[in-house]
Amino acid sequence: MNATLVIAKRELHSYFSTPLAYVFIVIFLMLTASFTFFLGGFFERGQADLSPFFNFHPWLYLFLVPALSMRLWAEERKSGTIELLMTLPVSLKSLVLGKYLAAWVFTGIALLLTFPIWITVNYLGAPDNGVIVTGYLGSWFMAGAYLAIGSCISAATKNQVIAFIITVVVCFLFVVSGFNIVLDWFTRWAPDSLVDAVAALSFMTHFQSIAKGVLDLRDVFYFLIVTLGWLLATAIVIDMKKAS
Amino acid sequence: MILIDKLTKRFGPFTAVNELSFQVAPGEVLGFLGPNGAGKSTTMKMVAGFLAPTSGTIAVFGHNVVDQPLKAKQMIGYLPEGAPSYGDMSTYDFLRFIGQVRKLNASDLANRLDAVVQQLSLQSVLHQPIDTLSKGFRRRVGLAQAILHDPKVLILDEPTDGLDPNQKHEVRRLIQNLSHDKIVIVSTHILEEVAAVCSRAIIISGGRLLADETPAALEARSRFHGAITLELAESAGAYPLLSRLPEVANSELSGPTQSRIVLFPKPGSNLFGSVNRMVHQHGWHVQEMHVERGQLDEVFRTITQGAAQ
Ligand SMILES: Nc1ncnc2c1ncn2[C@@H]1O[C@H](COP(=O)(O)OP(=O)(O)O)[C@@H](O)[C@H]1O
Ligand SMILES: [Mg+2]
Repeated sequence: MNATLVIAKRELHSYFSTPLAYVFIVIFLMLTASFTFFLGGFFERGQADLSPFFNFHPWLYLFLVPALSMRLWAEERKSGTIELLMTLPVSLKSLVLGKYLAAWVFTGIALLLTFPIWITVNYLGAPDNGVIVTGYLGSWFMAGAYLAIGSCISAATKNQVIAFIITVVVCFLFVVSGFNIVLDWFTRWAPDSLVDAVAALSFMTHFQSIAKGVLDLRDVFYFLIVTLGWLLATAIVIDMKKAS
Repeated sequence: MILIDKLTKRFGPFTAVNELSFQVAPGEVLGFLGPNGAGKSTTMKMVAGFLAPTSGTIAVFGHNVVDQPLKAKQMIGYLPEGAPSYGDMSTYDFLRFIGQVRKLNASDLANRLDAVVQQLSLQSVLHQPIDTLSKGFRRRVGLAQAILHDPKVLILDEPTDGLDPNQKHEVRRLIQNLSHDKIVIVSTHILEEVAAVCSRAIIISGGRLLADETPAALEARSRFHGAITLELAESAGAYPLLSRLPEVANSELSGPTQSRIVLFPKPGSNLFGSVNRMVHQHGWHVQEMHVERGQLDEVFRTITQGAAQ
């Protein structure tokens, strides 16, 4: 088996050997359900789609993903197992990717477990299931981008609480950079190109079209590039900070 | 063969390892000695490929650790200080994971797993989470992980630290029993360990190499080397006579009641014979008498403190 997959498998296995995984999944399901049905007005809208469900994902991930990613590297550094990992004959790339993949697959599992909502909407009406699949994929890619940010920040500190807080803040910036309040503030002094760049950086901008069922490759590329960029940064940070 | 040339590691302005050069050949068990903070762990981390040297080179069987890290790491088994491992995994799962990352094929892995579990007596804790193991067992799991792929080079950072005497003995026996074509580097600050397992000892302090000799040669540096220690029922009367023997260069009384006589020989003299004759002539009652091989801890102190001043 490929070293990346061996690492990923071990990591994923360790999620489920502690209560963490179950707590995470339960909270994730409870929050998605309550947001969708109560805040999102799922029933009142009288429309057979899942946009009330997907619209909350950027906000849900904002707190849940950092809780998952905070231990990714901080834990290895604290327990000293990073020294064990990095003296095994595997590349840093495999380590970073392997650990990331495990976390990403885990968020995928949590997402899949929301299937009762999908069943409900199909029971109540006739939704466009293509749009729903697109929404799920988009949401999973977005979770991946959050995780990559969290991976890098987790690599920079031994303290999981600090990793959590900084990750929330950085992800928050990535979410709100597409909001009018933020953009208005930029328009006052910045050139249009910068305003566009800030807007283009936002998770929201890219996720909203995917959630509506519009699978634009540029949006997918955006999440892929953000993810790869932060994973590259993870590798650099680990290499710099592994000793301390 | 491990070749280390002018190896240096700086942490900011602080130099932890300073132009260290030495070589180790297969079959050698090298004791890596030094006070706390001497730079032992830092050196081992560089050889194992965890830390990059600030300058200097390390070659493991021809593979430069910086340029060909994966090739070098394949040949090395490494036990980091404190034997870190994944506490939520069972011994078996953990060792299997290490074997898979090291790309052992299924049948080799099964064979090697059996072998190391046997060698380190891990049968009873095979399916127990490592978190729940005693310190001794955790250290043994760390050792098992290091020798799993039957590496040519074994680097053990304080493998007996914090173990009880029985456990220490077991670990030493394991090191002695490793096949004799390996390179073993063991760091320790327990000196008896060096005499017990090492064929060669290196002493470093402040990141510098201070001595590189066999344990016997180190012992011979001791002022106690060849000295005769004896305890007699009538020490008080015997001391003046013994200390005036022509072969005695120097003498002192030691022990809690100042009743132990230590006689230091002049170089090349047969002190033991003369002492023996005198004891017989006077009919003294000998309670204890032996020739000292030398005291390693005294040599260690002299070397490392001499360097500090
Ligand atoms: N990551 C680091 N940053 C700064 N100083 C370090 C670091 N690692 C080790 N040191 C310092 O380097 C010196 C040597 O440490 P170490 O190699 O662990 O010593 P030993 O293993 O011989 O006890 C110590 O003074 C230690 O404080
Ligand atoms: Mg040390």
